Amino acid sequence: MGNSLNAWSDALAGFQPAGLPLGLLIIAAIPLVFIALYALTYGVYGERKISAFMQDRLGPMEVGKWGILQTLADILKLLQKEDIVPTSADKFLFVIGPGVLFVGSFLAFAVLPFSPAFIGANLNVGLFFAIGIVALEVVGILAAGWGSNNKWSLYGAVRSVAQIVSYEIPAAIALLCGAMMAGTLDMQQINILQSGTYGFAHFFLFQSPIAWLPFLIYFIASLAEVNRAPFDIPEAESELVAGYFTEYSGMKFAVIFLAEYGSMFMVSAIISIVFLGGWNSPLPNIGPIALNDMTTGPVWGAFWIISKGFFFIFVQMWLRWTLPRLRVDQLMYVCWKVLTPFAFVSFVLTAIWEIYVP
Amino acid sequence: MSNPTYTAIFYLFAAITVFSAAFVVFSRNVIYSAFSLLFTFFGIAALYVFLSADFIAVTQVVVYVGGILVLLLFGVMFTNNIMDTDLKTDVLHAIPGTFLFLGILAALLFTFYTTNGWMPSDTQLQGSVVERIGFETMSRYVLPFEMASILLLAALIGAAFLARYDNGGTNEH
Amino acid sequence: MDQTLSEFGNVFVFFLLGVVFVAGGYLTARMLRPSRPNPVKTSTYECGEEAVGSAWVKFNIRFYVVALIFIIFDVEVVFLFPWATVFRQLGSFALVEALVFAGILILGLVYAWVKGDLDWVRPTPSVPKMPEMPASKSTSQRD
Repeated sequence: MGNSLNAWSDALAGFQPAGLPLGLLIIAAIPLVFIALYALTYGVYGERKISAFMQDRLGPMEVGKWGILQTLADILKLLQKEDIVPTSADKFLFVIGPGVLFVGSFLAFAVLPFSPAFIGANLNVGLFFAIGIVALEVVGILAAGWGSNNKWSLYGAVRSVAQIVSYEIPAAIALLCGAMMAGTLDMQQINILQSGTYGFAHFFLFQSPIAWLPFLIYFIASLAEVNRAPFDIPEAESELVAGYFTEYSGMKFAVIFLAEYGSMFMVSAIISIVFLGGWNSPLPNIGPIALNDMTTGPVWGAFWIISKGFFFIFVQMWLRWTLPRLRVDQLMYVCWKVLTPFAFVSFVLTAIWEIYVP
Repeated sequence: MSNPTYTAIFYLFAAITVFSAAFVVFSRNVIYSAFSLLFTFFGIAALYVFLSADFIAVTQVVVYVGGILVLLLFGVMFTNNIMDTDLKTDVLHAIPGTFLFLGILAALLFTFYTTNGWMPSDTQLQGSVVERIGFETMSRYVLPFEMASILLLAALIGAAFLARYDNGGTNEH
Repeated sequence: MDQTLSEFGNVFVFFLLGVVFVAGGYLTARMLRPSRPNPVKTSTYECGEEAVGSAWVKFNIRFYVVALIFIIFDVEVVFLFPWATVFRQLGSFALVEALVFAGILILGLVYAWVKGDLDWVRPTPSVPKMPEMPASKSTSQRD
């Protein structure tokens, strides 16, 4: 497995017919297609069905059997919808906002290892890059909110940005704990360090009892970073209509929507990579039954990381129908007076554990 | 750097940096100026990548785009009637300004051309830059590392203090 | 060096593809969708009411304070990431240095906390006083 590291992406990068880096484009296109497919199936149809079942409803049932063609109808609708630009809006920022948001969300996928054999860009500072590129989304949200010149939009954007930047502190410190356990910021290395024949027992979450603290802190903070419930005050439909994308329709709305689902998968994948082994199989070898060896490999790796990501997205959807929305003051209280101090505690404990406990 | 593609991309980013910076200065719409800084910061981050300083490049994005730019945008957005005010970017003191500009430019170019050592270094960095930075902050630069923390503390207290006492006006929201 | 550069080259390709995707999406939609704007349709949405004034108004300064505090801690985390990759080789010395570093900043957090900079304006719900009713006599006797 070690020798096949990044085999697919390296092979693709070498694919340069007539000197054109076509292979690099394919590398970048794979995550893009993945985002689109996942957002349209699991994101649209899945979330509606899951929400419906949690509320004892049926969800979409009209289009196709069990409403399975609902997604297709949604795409057609979004493509054909008239694109309304308000007269009083700042046209340039209104148009560029969703684009910046999407590019920021998509760039983070460059450093996600989708399989032992595939990663977009194997940076030395991959984890740090994934934390940092959220900054671009923040600017996109502000551009969209300000450009709309709508009170709901601007208020939603400012709330959203204040929330994202605040929660980035506990999130970053929690991931710092993961980086301390790994001793590297290279995403593939972090995964390799968690592989072994005992499956899940090698995951950082089970390597030290302290790892649960940063894991929980990052999970809570990541909910806030992607504006999911219970931290969805930026787009609280009962008070702000739709937050920073109130004025958007048609394709621009679709782009914002893809960016949001992209970010949801991104944070879920990061939490899986840093604490739950990423593409490593959780199954242990039990005596002669080598379950771990059977479920390890490039294709299995992709299966594991995507399932782990989907599991956390499912939890995000579940929480939406479980927890009530926080108020702004509660939001800031949770971030600065609960999560940040605990993040520092977990930082100190992890450092002590890593140095004094082998 | 011999690869022509990399050279082309380098000049692309250099151009983006310079032109967006010029736009920041010359734009009459202060909000456009602020958003234009995004491209300046990104261009600079890309230039760091060309110096193989990957950690510094990402730091540039984290701190400047994620922090400073958001702060600037908030600052612009929270100022009363910013869109009604016509920005006066009139040229004042044109002749002394030109002399100052030419003087600084000459001084910079002089230093630039007379300083030796703009050659690519023979000793290429081995291993990851991040780990080298980690080792250096823990060995040769321990004191600056701790001083940075005190500086940040002073900045935090100062910022909190100023923001608290400027809060006398009415808060509309 | 070339390794770093080529990996960031991949990131650049991701960037280009993202831009092309968004631009292509806009263009496709532009070709397919109708465009029949009218003054009512393109007015600012404010739940059916006519929008009063511009949305570009002054905001609560506390959002600004949050961004300020964020930058300070962001810079701190940036300093700690290189440290995290090497601290195990350096042992107790690195641990003490980082604890001093983080400790000084935690002092800042404590300062902001004590001075109330982290408190958001809370809603103060005013419960309307009910007029005194004869039936409440029994409850008031209880205490």
